[in-house]
Amino acid sequence: MSSATATAEVEADHGHPETNSGISNNKLAMWLFLASDCLLFGALISTFLLYRTNISDNTPFSSAVDDVFDIPFTSLSSFVLLMSSLTMVLALSAVNRDDERSGRIWLLTTAFLGMIFIGGQVYEFTVFATEYDLGYSTNTWTSAFYTLTGFHGVHVSVGILLLLGTVFGTRKSGLGKEKAENVELVGLYWHFVDIVWVIIFTIVYLIPIG
Amino acid sequence: MAIIEEPLAIGAGDHAPVVERPLGDLTRPQATEGWKSWLTTVDHKKIGIMYGVIAIVFFVIGGFEALLIRIQLATPNGTFLSPDVYNQVFTMHGVTMIFLVAMPLGAAFANYLLPLQIGARDVAFPRMNALSLWIFLFGGIFINTSWMLGGGADGGWFNYAPNAGVVFSPSHGIDFYALGLQITGIASLVSAINLITTVLNMRPKGMNLMRMPVFTWMNLVVQFLLLFAIPVISVALFELTFDRLFDANFFNPEAGADPLLWQHLFWIFGHPEVYILILPSFGIVSEVIPTFSRKPIFGYSFMVASGITIGFMGWGVWAHHMFVSGIGPISVAAFSLATMFIAVPTGVKILNWLGTIWGGRLRFTTAMMFAVGVISMFTIGGLSGVTHSIAPADTQQTDTYYIVAHFHYVVFGGTLLGFFAGFYFWWPKMFGYMLNERTGKWNFWLQIVGFNVTFGPMHILGLQGMSRRIDTYDSGFGFGFWNLVASIGAFIIAFSVLVFVWNIYASRKQWIADGRPNVGPDPWDARSLEWMTASPTPEHNFDEEIEVESLDEFWHRKYGYDENHNVIRIATSEEVAQDGSATDVHLPSPSYYPIVLALGLPIIAYGLIFSLWLCIPGAALLIWGMVGWIFEHPDDPNAAHDHGHDDHHDDEGDGATAELESGDAAEADTTETDEEPANV
Repeated sequence: MSSATATAEVEADHGHPETNSGISNNKLAMWLFLASDCLLFGALISTFLLYRTNISDNTPFSSAVDDVFDIPFTSLSSFVLLMSSLTMVLALSAVNRDDERSGRIWLLTTAFLGMIFIGGQVYEFTVFATEYDLGYSTNTWTSAFYTLTGFHGVHVSVGILLLLGTVFGTRKSGLGKEKAENVELVGLYWHFVDIVWVIIFTIVYLIPIG
Repeated sequence: MAIIEEPLAIGAGDHAPVVERPLGDLTRPQATEGWKSWLTTVDHKKIGIMYGVIAIVFFVIGGFEALLIRIQLATPNGTFLSPDVYNQVFTMHGVTMIFLVAMPLGAAFANYLLPLQIGARDVAFPRMNALSLWIFLFGGIFINTSWMLGGGADGGWFNYAPNAGVVFSPSHGIDFYALGLQITGIASLVSAINLITTVLNMRPKGMNLMRMPVFTWMNLVVQFLLLFAIPVISVALFELTFDRLFDANFFNPEAGADPLLWQHLFWIFGHPEVYILILPSFGIVSEVIPTFSRKPIFGYSFMVASGITIGFMGWGVWAHHMFVSGIGPISVAAFSLATMFIAVPTGVKILNWLGTIWGGRLRFTTAMMFAVGVISMFTIGGLSGVTHSIAPADTQQTDTYYIVAHFHYVVFGGTLLGFFAGFYFWWPKMFGYMLNERTGKWNFWLQIVGFNVTFGPMHILGLQGMSRRIDTYDSGFGFGFWNLVASIGAFIIAFSVLVFVWNIYASRKQWIADGRPNVGPDPWDARSLEWMTASPTPEHNFDEEIEVESLDEFWHRKYGYDENHNVIRIATSEEVAQDGSATDVHLPSPSYYPIVLALGLPIIAYGLIFSLWLCIPGAALLIWGMVGWIFEHPDDPNAAHDHGHDDHHDDEGDGATAELESGDAAEADTTETDEEPANV
């Protein structure tokens, strides 16, 4: 092909990469990954539902299992996580307005709120393990519980790394409007993880076992 | 398309600024030939070929295991293998053939052909494509090293827990199974995201979805099935791994665990998996038959729709694998019905192939014979499959050789014969020379005869009541004769595979000895876009973007109608096809990081089994690969194309990292990649 036509082609799709679906490759890939991740959590939640009430008698909390949960505490950390979705939206909105400074602040705030949530989870696990003697292999319920919430915790942690990476990886190149889609992708992931937590919190914590 | 379609703006080689390299920053690989170029390539064609070569090596290994099984069973009271070794051999045979042969062969054809068939330059995320390949290879090697590290998995390919728990299977075999399939699962998932994005986003002008070849369509459905099925098996494998290594209780009956949990999770993955195996073959047959019948595919839209229907219905039939597990009469009835219904779209396909053949001007090339072999053999396997939907009959047949016969007719007779059709059909496109047709027909007849001699008698053995997975039988049972026949058949199949390998070698030698040039772009007078460029396919696929106006675009450019509406040839293939001579096409650059990253995974897995300390170097490799990847510009900056900003390049970067490890990896990164590649 002649160089001239090639250049023309390139210029045609410069600026805005054209795709058949109208969604950029990156965003489509992220959506596909999240769709796949739904099934991951679907299978984990199914396992938990199977073992939700399956608590053998020799465990210390047999009938009073609901007492193990500190609902006000977990509600608070859940609230923190949900608020982090709000700050994520604010971050994206700031980057879209080309307001780099606010964008960075909101991204860091989001990461910070995520860390508070993770801290809460670590604290909760510690209390379960030490005060209630609930180890990973105590019974089917504990295995299912730690695995489900643990997988979610890993997802949140990865999200925190993504957020921090966005903030600190762009120190030289700047975080202007042209980076809005990158921020949006992190946001998609972050909101997904939040929504999953809403489901987990309801199923694991709010529905009484007894 | 945006990623890669860039001309070399100026001659390379001028003023590359010298920048200090951070520790661990690998130089940009430059080789375009030789073994090194294969390790670092991101070219979908090379990656597809490597998938194929690796799968064939595993095919030989799995076939060798099959022969061991058949030697053991050839005579009553066989003592060739001990019961324990026998368990390992049949398990590893199944695992190898399904996960390391049939799935990667599908990936081989999909990788090579999908971008070509839609007229694209490459896949959406070329480096991720390389990553999938290496993860798959290392996962496959990892599983097979279990033979040297205490024995292979011994729980059958579906590996029911709690039987697969540490109590009943104390060796490390099943740990290798669980972690190895976890690793190959990551490869499938990454590949699925990549290929779906490619097909949905990178078609040239005019190539709308209903102008895509059936092969592309079937593979698109397969990638969606993988996308949703892999996470389910991942969870099952995680749970099994945690049970075995960290004393979790998912499958521990003493703690009240439900023994059906594994079965449900496995088959929710496992039944879509069956369609993951068969649909690529259906796609190949749908390309081969129209070409050699010289007719367009009969009922194109029905072919597409039935493929999609199979994809959906494939999710609703898993429990027919569990009719004797005690799932209750309502479940049994529902899954029976669903299983009967799923035969309908498959039947549509078979009738459409027959409709394509009907009245065509047939050419019985080897590829066509294998395709017809698929139709006939798969029909037998499909019919015995429908017999399983009748639950009372299935109750009799479950875990007998009748099942073994059924799924070999489907997976061997359907999937593998289809891949052989694909080999003979696309070989000239991939390698520039034709496989010898005469030897090919020997290959076909030996294969089809050997196949029927091996697996036909298993129907009888099963109905006689011979259990699968039992290492021997008594001479008084009356199983001796048909087992001997089956064993003879297995060796005929092995011989036919040797003929195939010989054909590859001898045809090439003969081709060179005859001094023949590369075969032309279109040796079969075919229909779809991959034939519209030189053979073997040039590195940049197409010289210029093709504007598509109809299904079977290439054919319509070669043929037109005269005034009486008779089809006449209006142009030769050479006139229509591009000659692949363009030199100013900018391609994605090779990279070391995919292989570095992939290498970390099996090391972590060894660490989980043997010593957690090993996880540290494994994780270090993983992180090295990721970080290097993130800071590496997807395109070689020294290849000099310095016009303005390249914002579409981060397309590659961050999608690429987006699902390395269940969605970790930083998007952030990419932002960095575009403006200041650290390794200029």
